[in-house]
Amino acid sequence: MNYLFLLFNEIYKILFLLIPILVSVALIVWFDRRVWAFVQKRRGPNVVGPFGLFQTVADALKYIFKEIIIPASANKIIFILAPIVTMTLALIAWAVIPFSEELVLSNINVGILYLFAISSLGVYGIIMGGWASNSKYPFLGSIRSAAQMVSYEVSIGIIIVNVLLCVGSLNLKDIVLAQKNIWFIIPLFPMFVIFFISALAETNRPPFDLPEAESELVAGYQTEYSGMMYAMFWLGEYANILLMCAMGSILFLGGWLSPINLYPFNLLPSPFWMILKILLLFFLFALVKAIVPRYRFDQLMRLGWKVFLPFSLIWVILTASYLYYFGMLPNST
Amino acid sequence: MIAHSIFFYFFSIIAVFSAIMVIASQNTVHSVFFLILDFISISCLFIMIGAEFLGMIMLIVYVGAVAVLFLFVVMMLNVAQQKDEWFKGKFFTSHIPFGTLISIIIFLELIIVIGGWKYKPNLIETSSIQIDNNFTNTHALGNVIYTDYIHLFQLAGLILLVAMIGAIVLTYRKREGVKRQSYFRQVSREKAEGVTLVDVKSNKGVNLND
Repeated sequence: MNYLFLLFNEIYKILFLLIPILVSVALIVWFDRRVWAFVQKRRGPNVVGPFGLFQTVADALKYIFKEIIIPASANKIIFILAPIVTMTLALIAWAVIPFSEELVLSNINVGILYLFAISSLGVYGIIMGGWASNSKYPFLGSIRSAAQMVSYEVSIGIIIVNVLLCVGSLNLKDIVLAQKNIWFIIPLFPMFVIFFISALAETNRPPFDLPEAESELVAGYQTEYSGMMYAMFWLGEYANILLMCAMGSILFLGGWLSPINLYPFNLLPSPFWMILKILLLFFLFALVKAIVPRYRFDQLMRLGWKVFLPFSLIWVILTASYLYYFGMLPNST
Repeated sequence: MIAHSIFFYFFSIIAVFSAIMVIASQNTVHSVFFLILDFISISCLFIMIGAEFLGMIMLIVYVGAVAVLFLFVVMMLNVAQQKDEWFKGKFFTSHIPFGTLISIIIFLELIIVIGGWKYKPNLIETSSIQIDNNFTNTHALGNVIYTDYIHLFQLAGLILLVAMIGAIVLTYRKREGVKRQSYFRQVSREKAEGVTLVDVKSNKGVNLND
């Protein structure tokens, strides 16, 4: 009986996290398209519901009623598994994101490593989709995507090392609480810039959306997908983007902490600040999509390996020596 | 306790099943996917015994990087065809004794390891490493690796570096006639050297290549 109660309690908590995330993914797609349109002096989706808010719901309904087409030469099991993997991985990572000091599904010791591991698994959904389609464009797209994600993970990993040096713990809660006096965006500003650009590449966002470059590869790994399976890829992608924004706000923008620790700002609940910071980062993502042209693939690789990797490595040495020399190394015992 | 053993058997059954499927499945790409499933369930087992750092590093390194490379190689080469040829040829039967020898050695080693498990408490007492249960295991591992075992750790890193450079040297071919973009030259180009004015004589034209 006790076990059953615990189980239902956990399921309730998980649903309480998952449903808001799925709804906010739907809204964020609308927001993305709106920002994109406004930058280019268009109106964007504004017909369904107030300000076009329900556009994504309408799209999702359309996808649900469409037929799922599986190509005759495709590897059926892996073809069906690919969007499921993408979607699942995008959602399970949210288990460790803290929205306030208590509001977190599981507060584990190696929170940041968990996030990093899950985001590095994300490449499998894309490879599986591209390979199982048994078609040229998806395969090329998935190979590009895998190369790109593996390369930019390295620089993200080293940026995380930079932050961890200042914190002295892998726990996400400790990382946020360490920024009580000063957000890490100020001492580690260059790392924030590199993190932002790497996050763009890691989530296949423009200007690094080469895996699905429509002028070269039709739609990359998604070419053979239709109906709900395509929608799952799409939702997974946006959930991943939101996750990267959440990671950025935890690592550099002080998570749920309010910017000024004074009276009127203190009253607002912590999740409000967290969501505001995620939205702010997402707004930057949307702006970049609208204003920057697409990169060439070799330039993308060069940027990842020859610019970001050495620079962030040098910054690790600088941070470590600074902290050591001035005796500011955190002793987390 | 019951929940713990249910999860243990769940993950270990998946691990053993997928390990068998790695060698049993016909399609090579499926083998790699089963290998990935195996890695993931093993890292879940690591997390269950409280070694969360090892489990996560296993996920990041093996699943996130090494298995992606495996998958690349297997997808690019036509391994399935080669495997069929290999199993049909007489080359296959000539390797059976050697393979058996290696598997017997591995089996014996496993027996020794599992047999030695009984002496684990004694080993911990006699070990020179101070194990403090108040630390998280990331912290404890860092304390040992970067102090007592720094030389071995650096040596392991050096071996990896040598292997990496060796692989690059072995596969690197210098190709002639490849046009490369030089960012430095591109940026430092001036108008004076970029543009030349030529008097074009009537009915002669200019040769663009000089």
